[in-house]
Amino acid sequence: MSENLGLATPRNPPVRLTRDMVNNGFKLRVNELSGQNTDACYQCGNCSSGCPLAQEMDILPNRIIRLVQLGQREDIIQSETLWICASCFQCTVRCPKGIDIQAVMDALRQIALEEGVDHFGPDQIDPEQAAEVPQPGLVGVYRKLST
Amino acid sequence: MKRIGIFVCHCGINIAETVDVKRVAEEAMKMDGVAYVQDYIYMCSEPGQTLVREKIVEEKLDAVIIAACSPNLHESTFRAAAEEAGLNPWQCEIANIREQCSWIHSNREKATRKAIKIVGTLVEKTRLNESLKPISVSITKKALVIGGGIAGIQASLDIADSGYKVILVEKESSIGGHMAQLSETFPTLDCSQCILTPKMVAAGKHPNIELMVYSEIEEVSGYVGNFIVKIRRKAPFVDWSTCTGCGLCMEKCPAKVPSIFDRELTTHGAIFVPFPQAVPNKPVIIKDYCIYFKTGKCRLCEKVCEIGAINFEQEDQFVEEEVGAIITATGFETLPVADLAEYGAGDVPDVIDGLAFERLLSASGPTVGEVKRPSDGRIPKEIVFVQCAGSRDPERYRPYCSKICCMYTTKHALLYKHRVHEGQPYIFYIDIRTGGKGYEEFYHNAEEEEGIIYLRGKVAKIFRDGDKTVVWGTDTLTGRNIEIAADLVVLATAVTPKDSTAELVKKLRIQTGPNGFLSEAHPKLRPVECINSGFYIAGAAQGPKDIPETVAQASAAACKVISLFSRDHLEQDPAIAWVDEDLCSGCRVCISVCPYDAREYDEEKEIVIVNEALCEGCGSCVAACVCGATQQRNLTDSQIKSMVTASLGGK
Ligand SMILES: Cc1cc2nc3c(=O)[nH]c(=O)nc-3n(C[C@H](O)[C@H](O)[C@H](O)COP(=O)(O)OP(=O)(O)OC[C@H]3O[C@@H](n4cnc5c(N)ncnc54)[C@H](O)[C@@H]3O)c2cc1C
Ligand code: SF4
Ligand code: SF4
Ligand code: SF4
Ligand code: SF4
Repeated sequence: MSENLGLATPRNPPVRLTRDMVNNGFKLRVNELSGQNTDACYQCGNCSSGCPLAQEMDILPNRIIRLVQLGQREDIIQSETLWICASCFQCTVRCPKGIDIQAVMDALRQIALEEGVDHFGPDQIDPEQAAEVPQPGLVGVYRKLST
Repeated sequence: MKRIGIFVCHCGINIAETVDVKRVAEEAMKMDGVAYVQDYIYMCSEPGQTLVREKIVEEKLDAVIIAACSPNLHESTFRAAAEEAGLNPWQCEIANIREQCSWIHSNREKATRKAIKIVGTLVEKTRLNESLKPISVSITKKALVIGGGIAGIQASLDIADSGYKVILVEKESSIGGHMAQLSETFPTLDCSQCILTPKMVAAGKHPNIELMVYSEIEEVSGYVGNFIVKIRRKAPFVDWSTCTGCGLCMEKCPAKVPSIFDRELTTHGAIFVPFPQAVPNKPVIIKDYCIYFKTGKCRLCEKVCEIGAINFEQEDQFVEEEVGAIITATGFETLPVADLAEYGAGDVPDVIDGLAFERLLSASGPTVGEVKRPSDGRIPKEIVFVQCAGSRDPERYRPYCSKICCMYTTKHALLYKHRVHEGQPYIFYIDIRTGGKGYEEFYHNAEEEEGIIYLRGKVAKIFRDGDKTVVWGTDTLTGRNIEIAADLVVLATAVTPKDSTAELVKKLRIQTGPNGFLSEAHPKLRPVECINSGFYIAGAAQGPKDIPETVAQASAAACKVISLFSRDHLEQDPAIAWVDEDLCSGCRVCISVCPYDAREYDEEKEIVIVNEALCEGCGSCVAACVCGATQQRNLTDSQIKSMVTASLGGK
């Protein structure tokens, strides 16, 4: 499993979990910025099943939370999910453990922005298309830049 | 001719869906001797029973047949109803058209034809049934409890408190069982010793409880209310009546024996008490390890014992006791780590099982409650817990869920975190099962507040790399394989029945299921009784169980025993074998086939007689008897013959 059959980079290398990785500060920062306890998530998936944009995401919301729990920072800030998320709060109202997932998404976007990760902005939308985007979607896009 | 009434039950749709009950009723009406037929949706309900009672009187019925479920379920119900209406209970028969017909068939036409035949055979039998009187037997109001874990202790205390005598037989030299090994107990984290030892002391002191520790059941004979039990009292090589339990002998003994109580994390002498709070607190010498027994030299213990309690000449004693009821509470053990090849088969250092971890956590354990790994005594900073180790694995190990390990693993991770704040616990699991009162909350707290990482996936391999124990697992929630270089790995090994239980059940003639756990008479309605009357079960011997469930079941078993003892006589089923003295040639073939030792040879009359209290009415002797001298009441050769004829469609 840990050898990579001679390929340059294994496609799905095992994660070598350590206590430093789990407690690397990333999870703490996300919790601090969002005011949420991401460890409370028990992976029921309700946030993902109710998310209207899940079909466009590369990583579903519940798995984003899971990756936070395991301190998997890189995976998250490279994910398109953060920018696809419309901040519609569907996940937040559904979560049986009372986690404000939307707030976690905000926190993650902020961390990603700090790192200068390329993201999606309202100016990138072609005006014709923008006319068809539902208002909450556009509000969401602006929100992303103001967090 | 007898006037027979037939009552056909729909059992909701259980029968009626597959069997055309109306047609069964119509056909039954045409049978010889049948005077009345009625079908009804739930015959066992109050209106159904009332119907049976009323029709017996109105239609002047001499006998009734209830075509319904298995007689195991409701024979006694309907016989009681028949008796209330003035019939002899043995004039009420059950035609089983559910378990033996509707439940196992899908073709409605064929099932209906079969149901008609079943009813037909019962009509033949019923026509020739005699009216019988139950056999009355006396009861010895003293119970035997086998196994002195929390189950046996609780059951003994409950029976003893209600005024009856109890003999509590325990194989080891102290009562307490596994609960004595535990540190703190989920979900409330009370210290196991603190809640157990007062009960152990109470059992040891109770005037109605006779403790027989270091003892085993040799032989059991007799029947409900009147068992005779032979018990082997193993020689401790110490005179317990004079030993004060001072412990001098144990301090001086030079032999080294791995401590079973401490899961072999420590050793003790060949003369030992398993743990300081033992009840009774008296030592035993294990012959196989004692230097004197092996080489003929030593006897150090004898020299230091000021009282002279050591006695190397002691031999096993056998005692015989009469008891009326027997509770088996022999508990469990866990799958040895050595059986789990992919987890190192016991050869990888610092891979231990849950009970060993309990000892490491225990304030009275080998490390006084500090978590230190066995290989070098270091405090583990990365610790991996592996759930379902050998459970839920029908291909290689045990197919069932061991039920307690989800909870104790979370407890372990939590207690570890309380002791090693900077440490990181990881738990690999397939599912987390927390179906007890307060259990889900316990788990959520651990997950939310204690920083325990739960990883959803089964561990594939554990191996040593330098001073680390590497765990290969997966986290299906992220879709990533996980590798952890751990300092200590704790396996939640499968709960299995105690090895020695297999041998014990043969002596008791009680049943076990496919996984070796004791079988209850009915999984829902008779959970603490065995099929054989007078036998009861409690605790983890019946299946994996935590302490709350064990205690509840033990008290339930005790309650059954107390209710048995509340009567002065027992009524036994009279539908058993009898011998026609004129026909018996005295060949004694029947004696060899009777599984219940119910037949004996009468030297004077030169024939075989039946002990009515022992005969269970199995019919083996009837089949074996070449002279036709042995018959079973209400199942005579002529009854069977006409039943067979009817079932083949003849007259
Ligand atoms: C690692 C671990 C942690 C646990 N933690 C918890 C917890 O935190 N909370 C909780 O509720 N439960 C816990 N449990 C479960 C708990 O241990 C059991 O529920 C309890 O011990 C069952 O009691 P018992 O009397 O049925 O069996 P046992 O404790 O196994 O006792 C059986 C007794 O019968 C004796 N015996 C066996 N065969 C014979 C024979 N042939 N003749 C005479 N005597 C015999 C044995 O020597 C033993 O003394 C844990 C279990 C494990 C393995
Ligand atoms: S709804 Fe809440 S608990 Fe469920 S997966 Fe999403 S964040 Fe986790
Ligand atoms: S005689 Fe046996 S039990 Fe006694 S001290 Fe020697 S080794 Fe130990
Ligand atoms: S109780 Fe949990 S750990 Fe134990 S076998 Fe069942 S699912 Fe596995
Ligand atoms: S019926 Fe069975 S139990 Fe009764 S005497 Fe015959 S063989 Fe024995």
